[in-house]
Amino acid sequence: MSAARWDDQRTEVIIGTLLRTGVMLAAAVVLVGGVLYLARHGRELPEYHSFHGQSASLKSPRQISHGVAAMSAPAIIQFGLLLLIATPVARVLFSAIAFALERDRMYVVITLFVLGILLYSLFGSG
Amino acid sequence: MGRRAPVGRDHCGSMNILEFSGLIALGSLLAGFLGALTGLGGGVVVVPMLTLLFHVDIRYAIGASLVSVIATSSGAAAAYVREGYSNIRIGMFLETATTVGALAGAAIALHVPSGAIAIVFGLVLLYSAYLSSRHREEHGAAMRSSHLAEKLKLNGAYPGPEGKLPYTVTGVPAGYSLMFGAGVLSGLLGIGSGAVKVVAMDQAMKIPFKVSTTTSNFMIGVTAAASAGLYLNRGYIAPGITMPVMLGVLAGSLMGARVLVKARVRVLRYVFAAVIVALGCEMIFNGATGRI
Repeated sequence: MSAARWDDQRTEVIIGTLLRTGVMLAAAVVLVGGVLYLARHGRELPEYHSFHGQSASLKSPRQISHGVAAMSAPAIIQFGLLLLIATPVARVLFSAIAFALERDRMYVVITLFVLGILLYSLFGSG
Repeated sequence: MGRRAPVGRDHCGSMNILEFSGLIALGSLLAGFLGALTGLGGGVVVVPMLTLLFHVDIRYAIGASLVSVIATSSGAAAAYVREGYSNIRIGMFLETATTVGALAGAAIALHVPSGAIAIVFGLVLLYSAYLSSRHREEHGAAMRSSHLAEKLKLNGAYPGPEGKLPYTVTGVPAGYSLMFGAGVLSGLLGIGSGAVKVVAMDQAMKIPFKVSTTTSNFMIGVTAAASAGLYLNRGYIAPGITMPVMLGVLAGSLMGARVLVKARVRVLRYVFAAVIVALGCEMIFNGATGRI
């Protein structure tokens, strides 16, 4: 039991570092997109008083990657935000691998369930 | 604050996107800073700030807040795990409740009028201010772990001054239900609901306070990600608003965590709690009178 706990702890430290890197990477991408966005649209007037949804190009992971290829500033921001949303997903994925290495079948199942919900939210709920 | 111009559009008519983004980034920086310093989280003030001060539609505000919650949770994780307090099994098991709850909450948010969301938000603000004003007393540890906790391998140990201190877990069904509720609130309001998570672990399951808070921080990011995907797919995440909010809150919370050790937080906690009460009342008033 104590050996397993120690392994948990080591995995957590690796995952924690990974998360921090992911957040910093995401923040850098958002910053780049933000600077581009403000340089191009900074003088325009904001319009957020009423909700009308984002255009389709900013809603799904696939559409966003098309926008990034076209150097669209909002799409670059959105891509950074997508990276950010992906960091907890990566954490759950790595936890599943760690539980599998510990041969803890019950927790592999529990973790895969959580992962399934996250993936459904990102890709299946559109 | 929050006095709305007769026609909402006029209010920001004089502000261009550069000024608008700059002010939101500044406000978010302050929110993240105070949130980290007081331990209440920046998420709870971001939505009221955006809706009351900047007259942003509450659904855009919730989307932006959710993203910033992920940023602070994941950003702080590295610092927390090194101390060895968080319990990954407790966290992962309870995440099955919070993520399902978060999806449900986000789905509810799609069908509920924004005034109702504002009222619920106000009530949650008042409750979290009440929670933060109470004295934190260390409860007695659970004498015996429940059968269920043993089966789920939730019992653990955390580093104390003289080696590892083992602890046992109880009240699993009650804690699990509370966690589902925390998830619903997170998806509905775009907050981390860290306060409810800590209550569930600390009070219901008798998990030691340090383990509860650090495990809760880890869970917040995963819970928020469960509803953030849905918000993104439905067009609730607007890059123009989310960009300054996310960068501001992240920078603010990193700064807050750095000065946390030196600062005298007590007075600040009261001030922040007072601000939250004021915001809560204003959210309820604006929601009830149909201004949000």
